[in-house]
Amino acid sequence: MTETLPGAAPNPTDEAAITAAVDQAITAIAGAATLDELKAVRLAHTGEKSPLSLANREIGRLPKEQKALAGKLMGASRGRVNKALAERTAELEAENDARILLEETVDVTAAPRRRRAGARHPLSTLQDRVADIFVGMGWEIAEGPEVESEWFNFDALNFKPDHPAREMQDTFFVEPPEAHLLMRTHTSPVQVRSMLERDVPIYVLCPGKVFRTDELDATHTPVFHQFEGLAIDRNLSMADLRGTLEHFARQMFGDEAQIRLRPNYFPFTEPSAELDIFHPGAKGGPQWIEWGGCGMVNPNVLRAAGIDPDVYSGFAFGMGIERTLMFRNEVGDMRDMIEGDVRFSEHFGMEI
Amino acid sequence: MRIPLSWLREFAEVPAGATAEDVMADLVKVGFEEEDVHRPTDSLQGPIVVGQVLSLVKEPQTNGKTINWCQVRVVPEGKEQILTGKGIDPSGVQGIICGAHNFVEGDKVVVTLPGAVLPGDFRISARKTYGHLSAGMIASVRELGIGEDHDGILVLSRIGLDPEVGTDAMELLGLYDQAAEINVTPDRGYAFSIRGVAREYAHATGTTFTDPASKVQAPAELAGGYGVKLNDDAPIYGNPGCDRFVARTVRGVDATRPTPPWMVSRLRLAGIRSISLPVDISNYVMLELGQPTHCYDLDKLSGDIVVRRAAAGEKITTLDDKERTLDAEDLLITDDSGAIGIAGVMGGAATEVSDSTSNILVEAAHFDEVSIARSRRRHKLPSEASKRFERGVDWQVAGIAAQRVVDLLVELAGGTADETGTDVGTAPETVTIELPAGFAARRIGIDFTEEQIVTSLEDLGAVVVKNDGGWTVTAPSWRHDLETKEDLSEEIARLVGYDKIPATLPVAPPGRGLTRVQQQRRRLIQALADAGLTEVLSYPFVSKAANDTFGVAEAGAERSAVKLANPISEEQGFLRTSILPGLIEVAKRNHSRGFRDLALFESGLVFLPGETVGTASIPPLGVKPADEVLDALYDGVPAQPFHLAAVLTGHDSPAAAAHAPRAWDWADALDIARLAGDVLGVELVVSQGSHQAFHPGRAAKLSLRTGEAVGYAGELHPKLLAAADMPARSVALELNADALFEAAPDVIVARHISAFPVATQDVALVVPADVPADAVLAVLREGAGDLLEDVALFDVYAGKGIEEGKKSLAFGLRFRAADRTLTADEASAARESAVALAAERFGAVQR
Repeated sequence: MTETLPGAAPNPTDEAAITAAVDQAITAIAGAATLDELKAVRLAHTGEKSPLSLANREIGRLPKEQKALAGKLMGASRGRVNKALAERTAELEAENDARILLEETVDVTAAPRRRRAGARHPLSTLQDRVADIFVGMGWEIAEGPEVESEWFNFDALNFKPDHPAREMQDTFFVEPPEAHLLMRTHTSPVQVRSMLERDVPIYVLCPGKVFRTDELDATHTPVFHQFEGLAIDRNLSMADLRGTLEHFARQMFGDEAQIRLRPNYFPFTEPSAELDIFHPGAKGGPQWIEWGGCGMVNPNVLRAAGIDPDVYSGFAFGMGIERTLMFRNEVGDMRDMIEGDVRFSEHFGMEI
Repeated sequence: MRIPLSWLREFAEVPAGATAEDVMADLVKVGFEEEDVHRPTDSLQGPIVVGQVLSLVKEPQTNGKTINWCQVRVVPEGKEQILTGKGIDPSGVQGIICGAHNFVEGDKVVVTLPGAVLPGDFRISARKTYGHLSAGMIASVRELGIGEDHDGILVLSRIGLDPEVGTDAMELLGLYDQAAEINVTPDRGYAFSIRGVAREYAHATGTTFTDPASKVQAPAELAGGYGVKLNDDAPIYGNPGCDRFVARTVRGVDATRPTPPWMVSRLRLAGIRSISLPVDISNYVMLELGQPTHCYDLDKLSGDIVVRRAAAGEKITTLDDKERTLDAEDLLITDDSGAIGIAGVMGGAATEVSDSTSNILVEAAHFDEVSIARSRRRHKLPSEASKRFERGVDWQVAGIAAQRVVDLLVELAGGTADETGTDVGTAPETVTIELPAGFAARRIGIDFTEEQIVTSLEDLGAVVVKNDGGWTVTAPSWRHDLETKEDLSEEIARLVGYDKIPATLPVAPPGRGLTRVQQQRRRLIQALADAGLTEVLSYPFVSKAANDTFGVAEAGAERSAVKLANPISEEQGFLRTSILPGLIEVAKRNHSRGFRDLALFESGLVFLPGETVGTASIPPLGVKPADEVLDALYDGVPAQPFHLAAVLTGHDSPAAAAHAPRAWDWADALDIARLAGDVLGVELVVSQGSHQAFHPGRAAKLSLRTGEAVGYAGELHPKLLAAADMPARSVALELNADALFEAAPDVIVARHISAFPVATQDVALVVPADVPADAVLAVLREGAGDLLEDVALFDVYAGKGIEEGKKSLAFGLRFRAADRTLTADEASAARESAVALAAERFGAVQR
């Protein structure tokens, strides 16, 4: 495309000629496909030597009485051309912008993972969730050492020195045995410590690691986790125990959850009960599943902590966290929980 | 405890069609957990009948064996075979090949006919063998699953049977019976008997119970029998080792008589092997009444029986033919020859009954629980007798059990009982319990009626007398576990039913929520997970070498650590003083499973024993120890700080298109440690570290502002990594998180935020290469004064243009005043003063 159009300047009073030049310009503007083409069109139709510019310059030479008319004609005509130019420029710029963005398209499905989310161990997540339920009920979380004095683990809990119940716990003892130290076999010593350290009423939950001399297999591990609850107050009864466990079970498993108590024996509770939970979604159909043990605190346990059993009574319960995870989340093999395979934790992420 | 149903039926009303499962479903309601079912018919199916061998032709085989070609009558002569099916001969006589040789023509045997199934899914059919059609099998006890003997087939006359041909042998041998196995909790010794379980079954089902003890007619008094003396000069806890000893004599027994099949069957279902008639009778009575008894060969006894403690070093050969050295605490049964039994645990070999025994002395004694438990543990001799004695046996039943043994020896072994007998000892004092009215209701939360209370306790066998404020209760002689009003409350609740307990929710007083440390612990764990690390768990059991390497910084030093007396593996016999050994094992396991890029962390306790380890004694139960005793208990427990550790190996992210993963390096370990500090609001001071588990040049020691060391971070030692088969350049960190929690600020005082413009100035300083960048940074901060808002290291350079042994550190300094716009001169002056201090301290020269 040439920069200027050939031919002499049209007469600025020649409306037909001027209109023709304008039409020609507008057609050219509309025909410009790119910003570069539009630039050429702009120079050709509005540049110094374009017919309209030339015609405009002629106005000066016109007789005075024609000047006003010609000026009006030329003003309107050049206005139309400039407007068309501006519109076309905006259009082409928008097209251009869109094209560039289009060209920048990526395959979002091929995006790399530059940051990986880590994962909590589900036993740790579950332990927090259990704690939160009790904290919500106004209970407090109590903790204690994992290597513990034999007195806190057994005697204070009313295990008689030679009673078979003491052996059922399969205890790890610490050298030398005369020092009466062991790895706690349950988190109950924390209950004793809590009773010694706190004032009544006491409502505490004691989660933590416990140890038994079991070899690792699909259902046993020498190191596992429990949470035990203890409430000491005036006039607590087994009905309060049941109510607390029922409330907890519903928080944990939904409003449909049911619990069942069966008579059992523990040295530290009297009466004692086994706690079952009804698991409607269990593998192999709905069924009762053994969840833990519970009962009314044996008066000897209260006495060991200096609490008068004639004034106060209490209840206690304990459940395994591994066991809870096993039936709640269908973990089939204990080893998955303790071997540390990253696939196990990562599958859960931050949730359970 | 296994309960044969036929036995239970003798004393309780068990419905005819009830299965072991049904019985267990009832017993679980009164507190006996279901364990297992033992039912021969689960693996055994008829037709299995009594046959008589009509003829037996010995046929030698080419392989050297001789087989018997037998004609066996399986239907009474003259009667029709009513069984039909493939291989059943309508004549009532089966041709059967048999390889055993312990029988002759005329013997009655057990024939498993075609169609029968034996344990192991062994299906009997007529088949061609040794040139004959063998239609059935003559069975041994092992093939029937009722014994181990496989020396030959079962010849019924040898077990005292002469049944009619064609009799259902399964019925004959008690194979239609079944047993329910339940778990008996350690407080309920009485339930290790049919007597105890039948009573509980009656409680569970509301049916009637017949006490087996009531069916035995024992004389009210015994005198003139074998001499027995109870001489315990060292009772444990003041309780005499033996407080009753009943001895009865039966003469002229035939110890070789077979034990009747019904008794063998019940014993077998109860889990006890048949040994000889006298021993079987003794075991049978123990199972029925819960009282262990012992049969001595009277003619092997010499002089009076004396029950006494052992002399240290005294020896005995027990029934299992092992010589055992006794402890002064062991309670013994002795005669003039010395020890003839460890009381309540195991009898001696010298006086045991044998086939030639004709006169028997029966012992039924009552021993102290603790004494028996200690002997059993000491000699590792768990026996059916010790199991019962250490859980407590009914003092009253000894005489009845002895009588029952005597009766059975007379009935089954052809003996004659002496009129005389021995019964020495003192009954324990009767314990009465006061049960205030309303107590059980308050404890259980059920408003029990008076009738419920009295009936429940009386059903147990207790004597209940009403008094002013409630009841005086005398527990039955077999319930030593009932000592307090709480115990009685449990019994009432158990018999009324735990399912009747309502639910009420007690309201705890307003709590404090999680403690500060509990919140800090959660934040720390969550922060590391959020930062891309994966939380794992490992065991705290480690080797001594692992503790010595990871627990102390200096090579060659020993870590004092907690040692376990009974570890699962001797090699890992110590408790960790560092989390890293366990965590590295986990990393290795993951690595070997094909996971190359790992960022793992674990938090938990480590065990750091101090100078005091435990206490020499522990206080008794049921009493609050004195404060100083409690303090000693607390002080004896090793320190157990909460640690955090991480191990990183491989890359920070998976390889992907248009993405180059970055290899974890020492700085990542340090960064994570600092992140841990950041989320707790604790500044960690980093210094060049030296720890034998880490690369000597790439480890940072981490300390608090106070100078207290709290951990290490960096690259693990290459030799350690190679030895552990871990990838080179793996990095790790470990922090004493408890120390961080404690150092966390209580209240953070807000800082004034100045809105005036910032003035930034850069400075490059040349310092000796060994000057830590962090130290220069601190000096700049100190020298620049209050106008300095922030300073950061942005470049480290050594090489061309820098003198050998030196390095150039470039810092960006950001200045701002709280109250005005700084002039360029003011900022420059502050910078110059910072540089001047660096020059003074480290000879730093501005580039």
